[in-house]
Amino acid sequence: MTPAPGSSTAIAPLDAAVPAVSGKAAPPPSAVDPAAGVIARRGRVALWAGLALLLVAPLIGLYPVFMMKALCYAIFACAFNLLLGFTGLLSFGHAAFLGAAAYATGWLVRSAGWSPELGVLAGTAFAAALGLLVGLIAIRRQGIYFAMVTLAMAQMIYFIWLQAPFTGGEDGLQGVPRGRLFGVIPLENDLVLYYVVLAIFVAVFGFILRVVHSPYGQVLKAIRENEPRAVSLGYDVDRYKLLAFVLSTALAGLAGSLKCLVLGFASLTDAHWALSGEVVLMTLLGGMGTLAGPVVGAFTIIGLQDFLADKVGSWINVIIGAIFVICVVAFRRGFVGELIAWQRRRRAR
Amino acid sequence: MEIFGIPIQAFLGQLLLGLVNGSFYAMLSLGLAVIFGLLGIVNFAHGALYMIGAYVAWIGLDSFGINYWVSLVLAPVVVGALGVVIERLLLRHLYRVDPIYGLLLTFGLALIAEGVFREQFGVSGQQYDVPELLQGATNLGFMVLPNYRGWVVFASLTVCLGTWFLIERTRLGAYLRAGTENPQLVQAFGVNVPVMVMLTYAGGAGLAALAGVLAAPVIQVQPLMGSNLIIVVFAVVVIGGMGSILGSILTGLALGIIEGLTKVFYPEASNIVVFVIMAIVLMIRPAGLFGKEK
Repeated sequence: MTPAPGSSTAIAPLDAAVPAVSGKAAPPPSAVDPAAGVIARRGRVALWAGLALLLVAPLIGLYPVFMMKALCYAIFACAFNLLLGFTGLLSFGHAAFLGAAAYATGWLVRSAGWSPELGVLAGTAFAAALGLLVGLIAIRRQGIYFAMVTLAMAQMIYFIWLQAPFTGGEDGLQGVPRGRLFGVIPLENDLVLYYVVLAIFVAVFGFILRVVHSPYGQVLKAIRENEPRAVSLGYDVDRYKLLAFVLSTALAGLAGSLKCLVLGFASLTDAHWALSGEVVLMTLLGGMGTLAGPVVGAFTIIGLQDFLADKVGSWINVIIGAIFVICVVAFRRGFVGELIAWQRRRRAR
Repeated sequence: MEIFGIPIQAFLGQLLLGLVNGSFYAMLSLGLAVIFGLLGIVNFAHGALYMIGAYVAWIGLDSFGINYWVSLVLAPVVVGALGVVIERLLLRHLYRVDPIYGLLLTFGLALIAEGVFREQFGVSGQQYDVPELLQGATNLGFMVLPNYRGWVVFASLTVCLGTWFLIERTRLGAYLRAGTENPQLVQAFGVNVPVMVMLTYAGGAGLAALAGVLAAPVIQVQPLMGSNLIIVVFAVVVIGGMGSILGSILTGLALGIIEGLTKVFYPEASNIVVFVIMAIVLMIRPAGLFGKEK
C-alpha cells in the first residue's frame, strides 16, 4: 500500500535538499556541484513517476478512502514543511489549524447548508485567520521557544473546542455530507472525490514548489540559515516569517477541510497535540527541507497506522514514539534526504 | 463572610488548590529550566517522568506495600536512574545539533512511556490514599485546611528553595552555573562536565518524580497526567523566562493561584487562563518576566 522507503515516488530537486536544521552535519549545497544537474533531473523524473502512480492508484486496487486520507495528511505535512524545512520554524501546534478548519467546514456544510467548495474555502480562510493571530504572538520568540509557544497556543484552542457548544465535545461533529461540487459533480462517489483531492494536492505541491523557488522563498532560506544576517541585509524578518506562518496554516487548514469532507466528521483528535507531533514525525521521517519528503513520510505513517490499527492496539503510540527516537538519533535526513545524499555521494566519486 | 459574592470558604479552598497546583508547576518548571540551562534540551519527557514517579509510588504501595514516605525517596531515585540511562543512551548524541531535535526526541520518549503505561494499567485513574499521618484537616479559624494539601505546599516550597540554595549558594551550584555559561572552560579547569550533565538530567528527572509522588494522593494516577501538565508548564516557562531559578518558582506559584481564582470566578476559562497570560506577556515582554533579552 505504502510507497516503499526510497521508492520512485519522490526525489526532490537538489537545491531544496538540504535538511533544514542539520546542525553542522550537512555541507551547504554548492553552485558548482557537478552532480546537481543530474540529481535534479532524476528528481523531476521521480516526481512525474510519483504523480503517475497516484493517478492510477485507485485503478490498481488501492482503497480510495485510504488514499484520500493519506493525501490530506500529505498536504498537511507539506504545509508544515514549508515552515520547518524552508523557514526553520518548528511549530509544535499545527494540528490546531487543521482541526479549526475541519470544524469550520463541518459546521458550515452540515448545519448551515453551505456547498462543499465554499465550505472548504471558508475553512481554509478560518485557519489562515487563526494562523495570523497565533503567528503574531509566536514570532515574538525564536528557536525552541517558538515551538513551546505554538504548542501552548494550540492547547488553548483545543480547550476552546472542548467546551464550545457547536463542536459536539467528545463526540465531535458527525455526519458531514460531501454534497455536490459546484452543484453538479457528485462527491459521494469515492472515485470522483479521490481525483478532486488529488487535483488539490497537486495544486498545493505546485504552489509550494513555486514559493520555495521564488525570491520570497530564497529570503525564507536566508532566514533559516542565518537570521541575524538576514536582518542586517535589511529584510523585515518578522514579516517574512509571519507570511510563511499564515501560508502554512492556511494550507494545513485546507488539509483539515478536505479531511472533514472525505471522512464526514471533525473531532477533537484533529486538534490534539498528538497530531501536531505526528506531522513533525511525517516530515522528519520523509526528509525535512525536501519537497517530496513530507509526502513520503505522510504515506508511511498513515499506512503504518492503517496497517497496525487492529493488530497492536495502544502499542501504536509506542511504535510512533520509537520511530521518533530512531529518526532523531540516527536518521535525521529522512528517506528522501538520505536518497539525495546517497546520489550525491555516488556522483562525487 | 463573602468575597465578591463567593463564600470565603470556597474562595480559600480554591486558592489553596491553586497553590498546590502552583507548587507542581514550580517544581516542574524548575527542573526544565535547570536541564535546559546545562543540556540545551527542552525536556518534553518531563511530564512522563512525573507520571512515572506517581506510578512508582502507586505500584510500590499496591504490590509491595511500600509506604508513602519511602516512595518519596525511592521514586526520585528510580526515575533519576532512568534519567541517567536516557541521557547516556540518547540525549548525549544531540548536544551538537539544533535544540529542536532534543525536544523531538524527548517527545518520542514521552509517547513511548505513555503507551507502555496505558497498555499495562489502562487509561482510568488509580486512587492513591493519603498517608495516615496526613489525613484529616486542621481548623485554622478562618478556614479548614486539609492536612495533605498543606504538606504538599510546604514540601514543594522546601524542595524548590533547597534547589535554589544548591544552585545559587554552593560550590557545586557554581560549577553548574559555570557549565551553563561555558562548558569547555569548566572542563579545562578539571571538572568532569559529562558526568555533571548526566547528573543534572538525573536530578531534574528525580525532581519531576518527586512532584509525581506528591501529586499522587491529590489527583488520580493515570498515564496521561503528565502530558497535559507539561504543556501548561511550558507556558509557565515561557511566561517566567528560563533565566532565573527564583523566577520560575515565583511564576509557577503565581500562575497556580491565578488558575485557582479563575476557577472561582469564571470556571469556563480556568483551562486557558495560563495560555492567555502567556500571550499577553509575549506581547508586552517577549523575553518573559524574569528572562534576559538576548
